[in-house]
Amino acid sequence: MVIKKKYDRKTLLRFYREMKRVREFDTKASELFTKAMIAGNIHTCIGQEATAVGGCLALNPSDFIIATHRGHGQCLAKGGDSRMMMAELFGRETGYCRGKGGSMHIANVGIGILGANGIVGAGIPIGVGSALASKILKTMEVTLVFFGDGASNTGEFHEALNMASAWDLPVVFLCENNKYAVSVNIERVTKIKDIAERAKGYGIPGVITDGCDVLAVHETVKKAVERARAGQGPTLIEAKTYRYHGHYEGEPQMYRTKEEVMEWKNRDAIERLRKEIIEAGFTTEEELAGIDKEVKEEMEAAVLFAQNSPYPERKEVMTDVYASDNERGVAR
Amino acid sequence: MRQINYSKAITEALREEMRRDEKMIIMGEDMGVMGSVFGLTVGFMKEFGENRVIDTPISENGFTSVAIGAAMRGLRPVVEIMYVDFAMAGYDAIANQAAKVSYMSGGTLSVPMVIRTPAGAGRRSAGQHSQSLEAIFTHIPGLKVVAPATPYDVKGLLKSAIRDNDPVVFIEHKSLYFYDAKCDVPEEEYLIELGKADIKRAGNDVTIIAWSQEVIHALDAAAQLAEEGISAEVVDIRSLVPLDFDTIRNSIIKTRRAVIVHEAVKRGGYGGEIAAQISDELFDYLDAPVKRVAGSNVVIPFSPALEDKIIPQTGNIVATVRELLHGGKNAVFTNAV
Repeated sequence: MVIKKKYDRKTLLRFYREMKRVREFDTKASELFTKAMIAGNIHTCIGQEATAVGGCLALNPSDFIIATHRGHGQCLAKGGDSRMMMAELFGRETGYCRGKGGSMHIANVGIGILGANGIVGAGIPIGVGSALASKILKTMEVTLVFFGDGASNTGEFHEALNMASAWDLPVVFLCENNKYAVSVNIERVTKIKDIAERAKGYGIPGVITDGCDVLAVHETVKKAVERARAGQGPTLIEAKTYRYHGHYEGEPQMYRTKEEVMEWKNRDAIERLRKEIIEAGFTTEEELAGIDKEVKEEMEAAVLFAQNSPYPERKEVMTDVYASDNERGVAR
Repeated sequence: MRQINYSKAITEALREEMRRDEKMIIMGEDMGVMGSVFGLTVGFMKEFGENRVIDTPISENGFTSVAIGAAMRGLRPVVEIMYVDFAMAGYDAIANQAAKVSYMSGGTLSVPMVIRTPAGAGRRSAGQHSQSLEAIFTHIPGLKVVAPATPYDVKGLLKSAIRDNDPVVFIEHKSLYFYDAKCDVPEEEYLIELGKADIKRAGNDVTIIAWSQEVIHALDAAAQLAEEGISAEVVDIRSLVPLDFDTIRNSIIKTRRAVIVHEAVKRGGYGGEIAAQISDELFDYLDAPVKRVAGSNVVIPFSPALEDKIIPQTGNIVATVRELLHGGKNAVFTNAV
């Protein structure tokens, strides 16, 4: 088996645990949203765990990511603390953005998260800017930019890929193609079949990977990251994936059939890895059940932490608009 | 003291800051090989290298966003958007991204960058290369907005804007690039704090509040009015955000009359905001309504015969002040423009 040659037990269990963390976090978020315990909107990435985890685990801790509105998994896999993330979803003072950003805007430069974005496509050129900084500062960090199929039709996608390729910047573009931009099937608004094909227009490699196979995603991203770090420029990766829930929680999903959803659920990335690593003799059902339990406890603790955290003080509403001279900036 | 003009002052500010801080970069269309379409960065690419003086593709939203990402990573980008009109093609980057980062990250991230952009009419450039759009930026919390009028101010304020830790929209009037009047600018380093107005001419009868090129017209108007025995005080606010209202307040308490002058169209212009603040806070001090002399609510026309009619000129300011002072109770306050 290829898996035996390429991976050790520890790494494989880490992939498994991280994917379970992502799923458990978003499952909790979905439940809490349905119970009206979380306000606003939640975009879960249940079904897309392999792209978040396979992608982020190909990075060094000092590397950077740009996350998306469907970015809880990306942030967790990059090293996000589940308690601080959940607290942000709850709008609490202890959240990553002290309650001012919410679900769509987790950011922490210390762990390499340059922000998720509420404007589809807008993060892509910001990621290119991070890569430009690496080049100018002569540091070796790579920036991994997550975005979806919907974002691949924005002008920003094209402007960003053009600059990144023209300047050979250390950036990897990872498109999570889950087929739908809210309700619109990508095939209805895009002539080409594969988004990866657009790489040709920018003279960079375009690679398609199975977004339901965490190891495939990981290997593809790792290769692109190594290429970027060696100064050979960007890569466009398209991972074919699927979200099990609607665009946002409670969205009616009139645009797809139950059969289609079931078909994708049968290719579930977590179940696939579970089966593979048990069959290859790396682990047992019992050990994985133990991990499942730990992850469940972690997320329950995260929810408790969030619920028990204070809301930001009222005076906080007027701070942080400006990094300097804030008081005068907001006064008039 | 030596004298230089507006564009030379900008070039000096950029060069001095590039030499002082190696984290600063300059990006924009034609900034490198050409040295900018207005010639402001000629020789910069040779002195600072292609890594720090970057010719971008025509991608306003893209390269402004690239600058935001670079700023988050510790660089200090100064982006030029060749005409402020083109900033509308990059408005998401400015309004939804740069302006929001500090707040939405709970203050954990910041975007220390300057967006330099020439604005204004008078160059016979028609409707897409002539607008004054400062009000659009003042409406977005998170942006600082500066619009200097003189060589001395533009240099000191640009240096401060570059060192500031927030996104600053720095509006330069493109007609002032070609304005041949020079003014005293010290060779030694100096900075001008953002958010400080400057009384360009002291007076007692009326306060004329202006920024950018209209400061020059306001000063010319004040000189003409002085010949008629009217003493006008000219307050150049220089920064729109933050706004130095203290200077405006003190002046109006003295003069009891205010005329606000800007080139941008009157409707939705920043003059309306200042007028509202004056009305809110200084109503009891006023002897007359607050007047605005501003651009007509039209698209900037090409024909020189038309363009000059819709941009506030010295004569419009003089006429409005005369009306305020001599109009008396029954005066008809006509639209000055």
